[in-house]
Amino acid sequence: MGRRELILIETLCIQYEVEASFIKELHSIGLIEIEKIENDEFIHEETIGDLEKMIRLNRELNVNIEGIDVVFNLLQKEIKMQEEIIALRNRLKFYEENK
Amino acid sequence: MDFVDYYKTLGLERTATEKDIKKAYRKLARKYHPDLNPNNKDAEKKFKEINEANEVLSDPEKREKYDKYGKDWMHGEEFEKARQQQSSRSQHQGFSGGASGFSESDFSDFFESMFGGARGSSHQGPVQFKGKDLNADLELNLSDIYKTHRQILTLHGQKIRITIPAGVEHGQEIKIKGKGGKGINGGPNGDLYIKFNVVNDTSFKRDGENLYTTVDLDLYTALLGGTLTVDTFDGKVKLNIKPETANDTKVRLRGKGFPIYKKEGQFGDLIVTYKVKIPTQLSEKEKELFKALQKLR
Repeated sequence: MGRRELILIETLCIQYEVEASFIKELHSIGLIEIEKIENDEFIHEETIGDLEKMIRLNRELNVNIEGIDVVFNLLQKEIKMQEEIIALRNRLKFYEENK
Repeated sequence: MDFVDYYKTLGLERTATEKDIKKAYRKLARKYHPDLNPNNKDAEKKFKEINEANEVLSDPEKREKYDKYGKDWMHGEEFEKARQQQSSRSQHQGFSGGASGFSESDFSDFFESMFGGARGSSHQGPVQFKGKDLNADLELNLSDIYKTHRQILTLHGQKIRITIPAGVEHGQEIKIKGKGGKGINGGPNGDLYIKFNVVNDTSFKRDGENLYTTVDLDLYTALLGGTLTVDTFDGKVKLNIKPETANDTKVRLRGKGFPIYKKEGQFGDLIVTYKVKIPTQLSEKEKELFKALQKLR
């Protein structure tokens, strides 16, 4: 497994102009992982994209934390379904070509 | 450059109140927001249109100007005067950047002409956001993806070296971290999503990790048995043909199919279908012998 960069939550709060409580709530609902090292709390750099999405959903569409959870679950489902569609399309193409 | 009917974009009458505008905008934004419609170009376009409409209609000053000169934007000194007086003091109520990336250049020509492209901002400081995610298509031959290989692509002026794992599917997408649009206000770069279009340049048919092929089998080998050399993806194999092999018989050659994606050293199967070839242009002697055989049955 490659090296995982950690970003201090305080830094994120300043950069994105969000309250630390918002990030902690996202963590409490299981949407992001927080890592504690001594007295500092961090999130993994690879989850920044998701965190930004959550901030935008909250800020731009007024979606609350529970709503964000629902949206993310549905988006995950959509991704899985898209993958399934690709596999099924390829399979259909295979059978159509071999009719 | 066409006139843009911002009221129509938001589905409103010209008499709409501020509250109506906000409500219509929020409703449409929830529907077309790029974070809720990943990789949907139509939604992205629509989102930009409603954002622009909101930028104008939610700002009393801009709305007044739009209502007054909107349709006649190309004519009249008054409009030109008004255009020149346009300042960036207006309050921004639209969306910020990020994956929903919305920059000045995303406004229509109509907007740029009328409002000079200036866009106010209510942000107190520069908020850093990840750059826009970019998408690209890459055409690959089936024979190219039998082995993991590296490829150098030139995208948006930058050279990107990517590793294409063996066994990728047609239509599959991979993410190249940090190779998307530049970060906003020093934020991290977006990601690049590459979609593979796999073109079959071989005689094999592929279904996931399994390969299919059809080979001709002469009547005598089918009846009496023997051996047959068959092409696989990585070379030839000799197959033993059982006596009395029927037409369309399938044999499965384990591990001779396509590599399994991200499972190094693992392969699917090759399914070989035998097509028994009936001899044609029989000689008199052959006909006689077949008739003799027929009588025996």
